[in-house]
Amino acid sequence: MALPGDAHAASGVLRDTMRNALHQRNAVVGMLILGFFVVIAVFADQLAGSTPDQVLIGVEQGVTKSSPPCIHLLGCPATEPEHLMGTDSNVRDEFSRVIHGTRVSLFVGFITVGFAILIGALLGLLAGYVGGWTDNLIMRTMDVLLVFPALLLAIGIVTALGQSLINAQLAIGIVGIPIYARIMRASVLSVKESDYVTAARALGESAFGLIFRRILPNAVTPLVVAATLGIASAVLDVAALSFLGLGAQPPLAEWGSMIGQESGRLFTAPHLIFFPGIALALTVFGFNLLGDGLRDALDPRLNR
Amino acid sequence: MTRYIVRRLLLTIPVLFGIVLTVFFLNRVLPGDTCHALLGERATAAQCEDFNHRQGFDRPIVVQFGDYLGQVSRGDLGASLRTSESVTSLLVERLPVTVELSAFALLFAVSVGVPLGILAANRRNSAIDVLTVAGANVGVSIPIFVLGLLLAFVFAILLKGTPLALPPSGRLSPGISIAPLAQTWGLADLGGPPRAILDFFSNMATFNALVTGNWSVLADALRHLVLPAIALGTIPLAIITRITRSSLLDVIGLDYIRTARAKGLSDQRVVRRHALPNAMLPVITIIGLQMGSLLGGAVLTETIFNLSGVGRAVSESIAARDYAVVQGFVLVIALGYLAINLIVDLSYAFLDPRIRLS
Repeated sequence: MALPGDAHAASGVLRDTMRNALHQRNAVVGMLILGFFVVIAVFADQLAGSTPDQVLIGVEQGVTKSSPPCIHLLGCPATEPEHLMGTDSNVRDEFSRVIHGTRVSLFVGFITVGFAILIGALLGLLAGYVGGWTDNLIMRTMDVLLVFPALLLAIGIVTALGQSLINAQLAIGIVGIPIYARIMRASVLSVKESDYVTAARALGESAFGLIFRRILPNAVTPLVVAATLGIASAVLDVAALSFLGLGAQPPLAEWGSMIGQESGRLFTAPHLIFFPGIALALTVFGFNLLGDGLRDALDPRLNR
Repeated sequence: MTRYIVRRLLLTIPVLFGIVLTVFFLNRVLPGDTCHALLGERATAAQCEDFNHRQGFDRPIVVQFGDYLGQVSRGDLGASLRTSESVTSLLVERLPVTVELSAFALLFAVSVGVPLGILAANRRNSAIDVLTVAGANVGVSIPIFVLGLLLAFVFAILLKGTPLALPPSGRLSPGISIAPLAQTWGLADLGGPPRAILDFFSNMATFNALVTGNWSVLADALRHLVLPAIALGTIPLAIITRITRSSLLDVIGLDYIRTARAKGLSDQRVVRRHALPNAMLPVITIIGLQMGSLLGGAVLTETIFNLSGVGRAVSESIAARDYAVVQGFVLVIALGYLAINLIVDLSYAFLDPRIRLS
């Protein structure tokens, strides 16, 4: 049954936002950067040459540990083995590790925020739709979660659960829940009393149908914007936990833990910090630009 | 105004209770074995039972919570399970390092970010504006630990031996030390809370050196603060710049600004007297919010620059399952954050009559 102003119109908002985004310089640059990393992640095996965990001692002639980048085209002597980003302190090819790290970081970003949105949106939906003491209980709990500095709370959760990449993602996800719960609740409140929802209810639509067909589509656009910016900070925070040794564990090629492992060698092998550091910053930069662009595109004042 | 303040204060009570509850249960209910973490992996069951009994961990959790609540309300934060040192004295030792670091980071962020944001908004779409916006986007994207290591590399390694070289670790150079204020001022007999407060300020190297007029030590302490403060302050700097710019642009578009211009006021006067006061509200909120995230960033900054502050103390105590220390520290941090939010809200009411009268 089609009602005016229902899901079609709502998905129209999302479509308009996407179309506007194509006219936003930020969004386009962000998409290009992220597209670049997605290609790298998909073709990591083909691009990387060697596997990221392969220790090259005895495999390659003349390879040394923590050696700086050696590119034959740029004048590196042909007697030395070629490593675009040098080797790390375990004599692994840094280029291969940075390339494979792309997969981990993108995966981490999407899964972490996906989890936070799923739980946050459900809680926000429940709070907004049911109202009353349910609303109060849920939202006050969210307030308390927000009082703790995010990274500190995440450190606490990870230590309690045990140190692993999944637990780090879970912790960062939990810390992110209140943001999505708030957005969802606000959207639900704003459309719950609108005429088309009342009309749908009068026509006998079930609560399930009301929520998922009438209310939810209206909240999708602000959620998409928040999620894009959320991925940026999730990637940063999970990398920070890994840097502290609380997230990804060696030998997994994850940028944060790679930097953490080699941070003591800043003086002798700075390339082992810069290459994964630049990759990490660039990925986060891409998500931030895209999120900013989407937010601007959503702003009706810019709609002409 | 008084009514507003009272109402706002009453609203913090449930949140306060929620914080104490969360801190307590996060530490107790989640898996993890204090006994083995503290006594070692090979502690026997009998040893653990004895340990748990001595610490009161074998009592019902509700009783433990009631006890804890009573203790906290008396201002007693307990003692470290590992070293038996009182949590308060640990706080007096560690908190000043973090407060000093965060204060300088915030000072850097505000003193650069606000003018930069105003400049960018005043010259919208100029090269300065575009560069500022792009720079802010880069600023929020660089991980603290990457920026910190990068700064250390540039200023401690590349510029080594030049006048621009800066120390990458610690609070004071080796061989330089600073006497506690209690000793300098002959107050060694002082005890209780006044002594704790005095020691707290005394442990901030810059403050101590400043009030005792110890200029060479002050210079050394400041030199050690530059890199960590920039590393920690860059993300807030980027956010503050962005908010200042967009908030000022929003206000400049309003009718009363057009009126002010129509009256023939100079551009500078319009911005300074009419636009800025209104544009500053969101900026103040953001500055308050940033103080909370500074504490998270402090863990990373303190790790990189080898500073023994609260951030590192918490992450170390969590790893060692020293509940008492974690509880005490996190409680104080959350309270500090709550207090900052309160101050921000009150300053809001002070600046905007619509809020205090509603």
